[in-house]
Amino acid sequence: MLARFWDSDAVWAFRHSPAAIVAFIVAVLILGGALFAPWLAQSNPYDLTTFSLIDGLLPPVWEEGSDRRFLLGTDDQGRDMVSAILFGARLSLLIGLMAMLIATVLGVGLGLAAGYYGGRFDAIVMRIADVQLALPAILTALLIDGIARGLLPPSSHENLRIVVLTLAIALSLWVNFARTARASTFVERNKEYVQAAMIMGQHPLRVMFWHILPNILGPLLVIMTVDLASAILLEATLSFLGIGLPADSPSLGTLIRIGMQFLLSGEWWILWVPTLFLVALVVSINILGDFLRDVFNPRLR
Amino acid sequence: MVYFILKRLLQSVFVMLAVALLAFSLFRFVGDPVSQMTGVETSVEDRERLREELGLNDPFIAQFARFTGDMLQGDFGFSYRTRQPVAEMIADRIPATLELGTVALIISLIVGIPAGVYTALRPRGFITQTILMTTLVGVSIPTFVIGIMLIFLFGVQLGWLPTFGRGGTVEIGGWTSSLFTIDGWRALILPALTLGVYQLTLTMRLVRAEMMEVLRSDYIRFATARGIPYRRLHFRHALANTMIPVITIIGLQFGGVIAFSIVTESVFQWPGMGLLFLESIRFVDIPVMGVYLVVIAFFFVLVNLLVDMLYIAIDPRLRVKEAA
Amino acid sequence: MLDVQGLTVKFPSRHGDFTAIEDVSIRVAPGEIHGLVGESGAGKSTIGAAIIGLLQPPGYVAAGTMTLGDTDLRKLTPDQAHEMRGDRISMIFQDPQTSLNPLMTIEDQLIETIQAHFDVSTSKARKRAVDLLEEIGIKDAASRIGAYPHQFSGGMRQRVVIALALCTDPELIIADEPTTALDVAVQSQVLDLIRRLADTRGIGFILITHDIGVIAQITDNVTVLRGGRVMETGPTAQVLGAPDHPYTRALMAAVPRLDRKLDRFLVPADDAPVVPDARGVDAEAWLLDGVQEGGLGLQVRDLTVRFAGTRTSLFRKPEPYVALDDVSLHVRPGSVMGLVGESGSGKSTLAKAISGLISPASGTMQLGDTDLPYGKARGRAHPSRRLIQMVFQDPYSSLNARHRIGDILAEPLALYGLETDKARRRALAIGMLELVEMDPGVIDRYPHQFSGGQRQRIAVARALLARPRFLICDEPTSALDVSIQAQVLNLLKDLQAKFNLTILFISHNLAVVRQMADDVAVLQSGRLVETKTSEPFFQAPDAEYSQTLLSLTPAMPY
Repeated sequence: MLARFWDSDAVWAFRHSPAAIVAFIVAVLILGGALFAPWLAQSNPYDLTTFSLIDGLLPPVWEEGSDRRFLLGTDDQGRDMVSAILFGARLSLLIGLMAMLIATVLGVGLGLAAGYYGGRFDAIVMRIADVQLALPAILTALLIDGIARGLLPPSSHENLRIVVLTLAIALSLWVNFARTARASTFVERNKEYVQAAMIMGQHPLRVMFWHILPNILGPLLVIMTVDLASAILLEATLSFLGIGLPADSPSLGTLIRIGMQFLLSGEWWILWVPTLFLVALVVSINILGDFLRDVFNPRLR
Repeated sequence: MVYFILKRLLQSVFVMLAVALLAFSLFRFVGDPVSQMTGVETSVEDRERLREELGLNDPFIAQFARFTGDMLQGDFGFSYRTRQPVAEMIADRIPATLELGTVALIISLIVGIPAGVYTALRPRGFITQTILMTTLVGVSIPTFVIGIMLIFLFGVQLGWLPTFGRGGTVEIGGWTSSLFTIDGWRALILPALTLGVYQLTLTMRLVRAEMMEVLRSDYIRFATARGIPYRRLHFRHALANTMIPVITIIGLQFGGVIAFSIVTESVFQWPGMGLLFLESIRFVDIPVMGVYLVVIAFFFVLVNLLVDMLYIAIDPRLRVKEAA
Repeated sequence: MLDVQGLTVKFPSRHGDFTAIEDVSIRVAPGEIHGLVGESGAGKSTIGAAIIGLLQPPGYVAAGTMTLGDTDLRKLTPDQAHEMRGDRISMIFQDPQTSLNPLMTIEDQLIETIQAHFDVSTSKARKRAVDLLEEIGIKDAASRIGAYPHQFSGGMRQRVVIALALCTDPELIIADEPTTALDVAVQSQVLDLIRRLADTRGIGFILITHDIGVIAQITDNVTVLRGGRVMETGPTAQVLGAPDHPYTRALMAAVPRLDRKLDRFLVPADDAPVVPDARGVDAEAWLLDGVQEGGLGLQVRDLTVRFAGTRTSLFRKPEPYVALDDVSLHVRPGSVMGLVGESGSGKSTLAKAISGLISPASGTMQLGDTDLPYGKARGRAHPSRRLIQMVFQDPYSSLNARHRIGDILAEPLALYGLETDKARRRALAIGMLELVEMDPGVIDRYPHQFSGGQRQRIAVARALLARPRFLICDEPTSALDVSIQAQVLNLLKDLQAKFNLTILFISHNLAVVRQMADDVAVLQSGRLVETKTSEPFFQAPDAEYSQTLLSLTPAMPY
């Protein structure tokens, strides 16, 4: 079983793609770092008692005037940069993954049903998708955030920020899934194995989820990867614009926004350390997405 | 063909109506318009009178119809924050955003399409692999980071180009343009590049994928077997067929360009609609938010209608009836 | 003219080089039509691609010589090879629907091809193009030449394709399955055209096909291939009439004959059937248990099916397309009804209406004494859901690629509540595999691990496990090679007799229908033209259309 898996075409292609292997390792390392941040990081950037202003603005260890306790230096508050990016990545990944999963469930559900039933239901879903497309991802996310500000009292808005942000990102991504699922379902629906199931009188839900869904997983998996990258970028962008997460619970985007203030003053690491970290994370996810696309659609190579 | 155009028009009207409904719901249900317009000292009776005057007690449909009617006549209401007419505020900002978006789109097309064609024709070359890797990194860097990097390099380190504002502008018939002064162009280069780079990578990857698909098609194989010169084969046969799906998606992307200009405008303090929108979100200035939505959707719909026309020009299957 | 000696083509892969073609030699003289025939995987198309220099990468010619006249094809530089394409060798592809650039007029495509090889003015090139189109039978060519490909019908398009291959006066044309996508009437016209061009212009043709009927009809010489090797080669009459090689003999025995009905096809001994053991006997008993009370007939009366046409105006309702027009049909209990017709005649529509996939506009359908409600009105629990089962054309898509064979086979048992015990379901599935002559050890595999013929057996097994009384077979063998087709047809015959099934057997291939059917019904553009008992039908059909259809089907004179 394990040998067969090791020898399968996908794994074989993976073993022979250095870029994919490196990307996979980087992604796993970052994921691990984010997951175990509370145990790995020497200080908790959310807890004011674990750092002190005295350690503020220390450069990384290879620069002059650094402190060996802080591998990548500290920010103006004296927060350890390593701890900050680990916790930041934790938040960014959490929001990105949740948003991507919500978008997947919503989009695939609607897309499957639209492709399966066709007709009026399909037309309605696709028109909603049209409207959504006219309002691109970042706009949708900004808008939902704006609405939440208008509807929720300021205090609860702060508390619910992560939820609002996640939902905003999820809502701006579902169309991708819906369109792909619908297009693939249209193709599968006319294949004979689906017709056979329909003739037998199987329940539509069973036909959709038991028969069709496993056959359209390939392209969906690619979109899940690519949209995870999009979601992380979107969260960073929103936080950068100052309407994402606040400075006391910094995601990678918030860290970059804070770092921007030091762009001109010489404390480059406060900006570039989280930036490089974010780019490394997204690049590795995108490389994996590209690799999956090649595996599922080998003709494009 | 007429039916095709009519159908698309009808779909566009539907999208516009839906967005208008969204904008109206925002206005009507997010916060109370009356308390936004009045001060603390306004009496309850005065508020009620204002409510009645504004027609806020009418049925929802009637209110929405009036809202849409007003919009069609160019009456977009007043900003909660500045008390100015929203129409003026937006109109002031439109030229900046459109110039930025158009220049960015042109950059992305004139670099993206040739690069896509090249990488499709030589899928295994070293240059192709380099381009592919570069674009992969390109789509992975957030727009605002690209902006920061450009500012850092050309603005701060080299000091060649301005890092904020529009530079010298010229007013032509109510349209403030930065395209007619050197200063204006200098200010435009960095924001347009920032916005263009992301679109460029998308365009290139799309052209490449579609072109490779077309190159495998039977009619290309048949044309190859007839010894049609490669240049003609690639640029007349393959590229034309590639462009059909590509222009559709580029039309869809134009919305993305406008939306991402929010980020670019924020990084470069570019006085466009995006910056206005960001400010209006910060101050929960609902009328401006709503109108911005409608304007964005309008541009999106307009561009996609133009794309449909282009479609008809390229694809004879839409122009000429099938023989029985 | 063309002389290929010892051609070997290899495809490198991760498991080492795969030899697609080994030591193949072919000679083609001017005016000769040389047939390459073989089943899938025989390497027919690869030979054509190697000759014209368009092997799919990473395939390469590993050994052998190829000369055209005085030119050594293997010594050409890539540029020289490209110039020779079209000029001296040209090619015709299978599907005329996809062979033409949809965005260019026929005129542009012809003129650019002519000008790619001859230094002539555009007006001269156009004149030449018009003359050529007239010659190959496109009427009013001077005005039609400005049309786009989608404005021509399938047969006309294939003529345009031939004109494109011909417009530069090549010495050799490689025709890769040129008639496979066409209906018999158009097929015979296109074949006549090819014969005429070979005779009058002295063009050599390599005709690649899987269809021995086509080979018999127009080729001068034939090469029989299997697994990339030449089995036998020589004049067509000799190779097909008195085959030397056992493989050729087996192939000929498997070809369904239009002129007589065989009880069973002779299949080679090395494909010996699996002898059912106790489990197979058990499954057989279980099936017989469900079908004791004899066959169920099907009565269709005045069935009309309309599809919504494509909408062309916002205000006018689209004209509906009538797919079936007042069709009445009676399938006798326990008999096989063959349903024939060209593509678009409504054969599959009828199958879908009976199976409840689509809703007819009017008419009635009765299985035995039970009315069959229309489409969605037929509840999921309606008894006909079980009693009617279907075997589809494409074995590659009729089985869910993500499910194991065991799950696919057990599905009807669970769905219809025939067996509640999981272990019992699995045992029946294993037994059923034996009944369709497959190794029961494969029960935990996935469909992609099987060949087309094996998958079709699995599809038949799945249908039977519902204990159906009425089986619809929609072109069940048209995607299969002839030798596999023979086995599957044998199997269907055996099972039909054993379980007294009623079968509606849909096919475009009259020869296959003759082997299978007790009665024959002929559809033409949605109308039922004729229904008759099989043997009298094939000797003397009543309707004029049936007569034409029969006369156009390539007969096997050997």
